[in-house]
Amino acid sequence: MNEEQKKAFEAELRAYVGKAIGPPVVARDPVNLPMIRQWCDAMGETHPAYSDEGAGETLHGQVVAPPTMLQAWIMEGWAMHEGYDEPRDEQHRLHKLLTEAGYTGVLGTNTEEHYDRYLKLGDVVTAVTTIDEISEEKATGAGIGYFVTTRTVFEDQEGESLGWMSFRVLKFKPPAGQQAAASGDEAAISTAPTRMKPPAGHDNAWWWQKIADEDVLPIQRCADCQKLRHPPRPMCDACGSQRFDSVAASGRGTVHTFTVIHYPQVPGYDYPLVSIIVDLEEGERMVSTLVDCKPEDCRIGLPVAVVIHEDEDGFKIPFFRPAG
Amino acid sequence: MPTTLRNEAAIAGIGQTKYSKNSGVSELSLATEAVRAAILDAGLQPSDVDGLVTFTMDSSDEVEVARNVGIGEMTMFSQINYGGGAAVGLVHQAVMAVATGSAKNVVVYRALNGRSGQRMGQGVSGQIITSDLIHWSWYMPFGLLTPASWIALQAQLYMHQYGATSEHLAHVAITQRAHAQNNPNAAMCGRPMTMDDYMASRLICEPLRLFDCCQEDDGGCALLITSPERAKDGPHPPAIIRGVTQASFTGQEQMTSFYRPDLASLPEMELAAKIVYEQAGLGPDDIDATCFYDAFTPEVLMQLEAFGFCGRGEAKDFVTEDSLSVNGRLPNNTHGGLLSEAYIHGVNNIAEGARLIRGSSPNQPAKVDHVLVTSGVGVPTGALILGKP
Repeated sequence: MNEEQKKAFEAELRAYVGKAIGPPVVARDPVNLPMIRQWCDAMGETHPAYSDEGAGETLHGQVVAPPTMLQAWIMEGWAMHEGYDEPRDEQHRLHKLLTEAGYTGVLGTNTEEHYDRYLKLGDVVTAVTTIDEISEEKATGAGIGYFVTTRTVFEDQEGESLGWMSFRVLKFKPPAGQQAAASGDEAAISTAPTRMKPPAGHDNAWWWQKIADEDVLPIQRCADCQKLRHPPRPMCDACGSQRFDSVAASGRGTVHTFTVIHYPQVPGYDYPLVSIIVDLEEGERMVSTLVDCKPEDCRIGLPVAVVIHEDEDGFKIPFFRPAG
Repeated sequence: MPTTLRNEAAIAGIGQTKYSKNSGVSELSLATEAVRAAILDAGLQPSDVDGLVTFTMDSSDEVEVARNVGIGEMTMFSQINYGGGAAVGLVHQAVMAVATGSAKNVVVYRALNGRSGQRMGQGVSGQIITSDLIHWSWYMPFGLLTPASWIALQAQLYMHQYGATSEHLAHVAITQRAHAQNNPNAAMCGRPMTMDDYMASRLICEPLRLFDCCQEDDGGCALLITSPERAKDGPHPPAIIRGVTQASFTGQEQMTSFYRPDLASLPEMELAAKIVYEQAGLGPDDIDATCFYDAFTPEVLMQLEAFGFCGRGEAKDFVTEDSLSVNGRLPNNTHGGLLSEAYIHGVNNIAEGARLIRGSSPNQPAKVDHVLVTSGVGVPTGALILGKP
């Protein structure tokens, strides 16, 4: 995003502040004893005020609901989980806007609640949620992002206030390599889709580093007899020298042979994957991937040119595409 | 001291477990079962065994097997590298030991839970940086992760260069599947295959289809190797080892020898051919049956050429369902092979070679005087020739 795009994006964000996310939500059930009992069981709450056995002896004189149940009365159940891809309300739309701009991560940060009175059996709760605040862009431990705060106001059947709740989330750009984990998609977390990286050893790390630093395709060269060799290895098989440097390949070559890989499909790669062996103009051969070409258009003898590809996590790797 | 390995040793015992997709037992359990069976099959006792050889890839070390089986004093034990390329290498070790007196009775074995346990082609990673790890790192980042993908690159060029087609590959697969129908221990017994079945199978790594690829199985297989004299006393006719060698060629890599002039040939197999024929004093015309390593069908075509059964590029004309079947010119993998019996890393192909000499193959051809057996293709490998006493 350039500065102007950023400005426009932030203006679009700001337009959400003050908006109700949708029409008022009315509780599916009036305040009732079974839900109170289950909630107390789950929480380990044993105060007599919330039980039909002991409530008569308390100052309420009847069963009341635990105040912290306030939001529970208007929760939508599983349906809350849906709607982030096809937004059903303004909150979803706001999240989608941020997600599409790269702020794919979401992290609940804090909540604050205020209660006006105890709820009694038969009370019907209605809630209105508005988007209360969107912060400036912040750099956080999780990544760069925006804090979005919603405020939910609860009322009873008479329109009298029962309390309010604020809820703050961070929508952020996960650092490279953590995209899947931060998206919250469990399937994505377990597969951690990144390309297999080469281990960095004495005999190969320099080659990958040169690609990363200089955007060139290096070919190892014996510093004594000048013979080229690929893949890199420590000794020249012609003269026995272990001294080497490298030359930048022209990047031009032809496909010596290829395969189109359909199975197995390993996370981190795009399928069908066209794998090639390239005869480089300099005379060396190397294995790579053909991009910008339909699998059916790949053929033995196809002229190709190098393209230094950069993965989302910043890893650079030399691919080839059809030349000219 | 012998100056050649010709006729210095024999396969006297064959042992194997049930081959399955889920053994339900440890690899060590499979290994001990196969090794013990091979010893008893040779009419010997565990205490007679003084040498053990297996794959570096095998998880059951020699001493673990020895303790379980009741093998006591050992004077020779070793492990051979390079996956399926090791199979013949095990026999090579055993023959050298027997020929020199380093050991009298050597068992070679391979046991794996290849389907229910660690499967092949799951990528290579690790913390300790070895030359092997660096080698794979020239392929893994590009998504070349499986044996099928490495072999497919070579097969594509071979087929392009010589006009071989999927139908030619199919003959290899269909013939071996037919052989498996008479082998109750074959995973594909009861599942015959037609050309239509083959053609309908899905693409794995073009040009390879599913049925061009061998299976993944659990199982163990072992062979007892001893001197021809001692082998004579056993209950079965021994398979005399006429010639045996390992072979690695200039520019060799493990599965990825992509930097040699001609990728449409197998120079390490040509080297193996030259040596075993020379040792045995035989040529391709003397070979009655083969157990070519068959992890992938194109490998069989290329080996037919490397071992001189036809000229370069002519294997497509040599292979028909008939030529490789029981009554054909060159019955190949009469047990079903890795494609249709089981993938016991090629040791089961050597076992079938010995059965062919004994006359106990599930598909025994009328006349078998000499059998050629090879190990892994695309890796440092080896070949051996078996003959009658």
